[in-house]
Amino acid sequence: MPETEEAQRTAVDLDRDYVREVFRAMLRARLLENKLSSLYKAGKIVGGVYLGKGQEAVSASLGASLIKGRDIFAALIRDQAGRTAFGEPLIDCTRTYLGSVLGPMKGRDGNIHRGRPLDGMPAMISHLGAAVSVVGGMLIARRLKGELAGVVGATCVGDGATSTGAFHEGLNMAAVEQLPMVVIVGNNQFAYSTPTDRQFACEDLLDRAKGYGVGGHSVDGTDLLACTKVIGNAVKLAREGNGPQMVVARLLRLSGHGEHDDGSYVPPVLKDSQLGRDCIETGVVQLIESGIATVEEIERWKREFTDEVQAAVAQAQQEPTPDPWDENWNACSTPTGRGL
Amino acid sequence: MSVTYVDAIREAQEKLLREDPRVFLYGQDISKFGGAFKATKGLAEEFPGRVLDSPISEDAMIGMAVGAAIEGMRPIIEMQFADFSSIAFNQIVNQAATHFYRTGVPVPLTVRLPSGGTPGSGPFHSQSMEALYAHYPGLIVVTPATVSDAYHMLLESVALDDPVVYCEHKFLYRWLKAPRINGDQLPIGKARITRPGKHATVVAYSAMVHEAVRAADRLKEQGGWEIEVVDLRSVKPLDIDTVLASVARTGRLLALGEAFPWGGVTAEVISRVCTDGFHLLDAPPRRLNSRDTPVPYHPKLWAAHRPTPETICIALRELLSF
Repeated sequence: MPETEEAQRTAVDLDRDYVREVFRAMLRARLLENKLSSLYKAGKIVGGVYLGKGQEAVSASLGASLIKGRDIFAALIRDQAGRTAFGEPLIDCTRTYLGSVLGPMKGRDGNIHRGRPLDGMPAMISHLGAAVSVVGGMLIARRLKGELAGVVGATCVGDGATSTGAFHEGLNMAAVEQLPMVVIVGNNQFAYSTPTDRQFACEDLLDRAKGYGVGGHSVDGTDLLACTKVIGNAVKLAREGNGPQMVVARLLRLSGHGEHDDGSYVPPVLKDSQLGRDCIETGVVQLIESGIATVEEIERWKREFTDEVQAAVAQAQQEPTPDPWDENWNACSTPTGRGL
Repeated sequence: MSVTYVDAIREAQEKLLREDPRVFLYGQDISKFGGAFKATKGLAEEFPGRVLDSPISEDAMIGMAVGAAIEGMRPIIEMQFADFSSIAFNQIVNQAATHFYRTGVPVPLTVRLPSGGTPGSGPFHSQSMEALYAHYPGLIVVTPATVSDAYHMLLESVALDDPVVYCEHKFLYRWLKAPRINGDQLPIGKARITRPGKHATVVAYSAMVHEAVRAADRLKEQGGWEIEVVDLRSVKPLDIDTVLASVARTGRLLALGEAFPWGGVTAEVISRVCTDGFHLLDAPPRRLNSRDTPVPYHPKLWAAHRPTPETICIALRELLSF
């Protein structure tokens, strides 16, 4: 049931607190990721750094629409804002990037490969689309336990992931089971360096929603207010029993694939287009114009979050890194599985 | 009254569904149809809502199981054929197998793989995948060869907190019968001396245990040879202590497997025996696997592709005459 953004705007009343929460998560994530980029460039982070710059409005609108402790959110690589909005502590991020043994992954996995599965945050693997069926399984388990009422499971993918078998199988399965799932496709125009015309041949990824038999929604991912409405509504529809919902967000990745990549393949014309708008900049204007937040408030938030980021980095940097001597080197949890 | 190997698998699942509310079954055609091999016959009716038909989506089936296991369930996934688990390979080896190490959260799921060849099944319904999964840290891989092991090891697989790849042999489904499921179970990770002997050891697993026993019977009749047959029962963990103890008695080793010859379980057994028990060997250890081609369709080709009592006897005679 594709609906226009305008219809969405009138369908859902603007919830002031929700929009403020979304924006605060966007800002917090951006400031954190700017810091991560600096740390990477200073050689303080081993491995890759993957940012969600330009995708914060989409990601945070999803995260803020979900209820921590009840819902499920399988974040992908550009979801720092969504993770933050969902309630993941900043320290989980800095600990994982900096390899603190106190982090959720204990140095066994890094960067955006983190999660707290028992708190509804499964940890991603690098294989794209693979989380869709995992979220499906978490929801099926809730159904079997009689605990599905009012629950939503959500995940994000990019345009590239829509080409995988895992994405297709997972979304089709969710549709067959009529699960309360929301899948956000952040169409940021490039999968690493591959443009969308080498990724898919349909006119719009939104067309696929009909093929899967799921709700379809399209949104300008650079427009904060549109994102809060369209994504908030998709989550609401899933929660109310309308089956899986797919949201296609149009935007541009405002960074390289990772911080090792300068993104030189992105044509300037695209950067200058509507897609290339920075959702934080448009968000600031929208919040001020609509009276949802003041300039002073936003400045105060910036200072507050900068301090918070600084503290999370400093704390993680002071913590111990894993010691191969202390590592137990067990891939299985049971004594049986520890036999070779 | 007798119990077949597939009956044992069905009965284990029935018991699990009856006694453990966390257990549910997911797979292709397993609900009302009862599964391609009838391993779930009647279970959908007996346990409504807990025996679910899946789409033809092996990747999503395992991803689903990982998610359900995170949430505290004990899913049993039936792959229609082990061969099709290649589509689920990513979810098995990258999602399920890495989960506990990465996150500290175990994912107790069991994947049932109807494995191995039967006459006429051809290249895509005959494969033995155990070595591929055993290669990956984080998985337990079991290969029951008897009716009772099929039953008890499925119960234990589901009870374990780690992901288990349960390789059940299709050839044994109806051919292998026992008067009853007996109580001589061993824990997963322990091999069993199926047939005691003193002149040579055959290490086998799954359907090849029975071919090894046939070969041993012939050599007993034909030359009075006493061949010891060790049933590994699980290929990961691999009970090398029982194998070494047997080789210490016999001095000679033949590692036998139905899987393709490059690498794999037989190579692993020989490697470990050479490393830890070189001094026990009176002859170079030998291995016998299928031929190095896809599994052929025609029964005449198929019978010559896999190890048979005849080829096992030849290998043993060469081993004994060294």
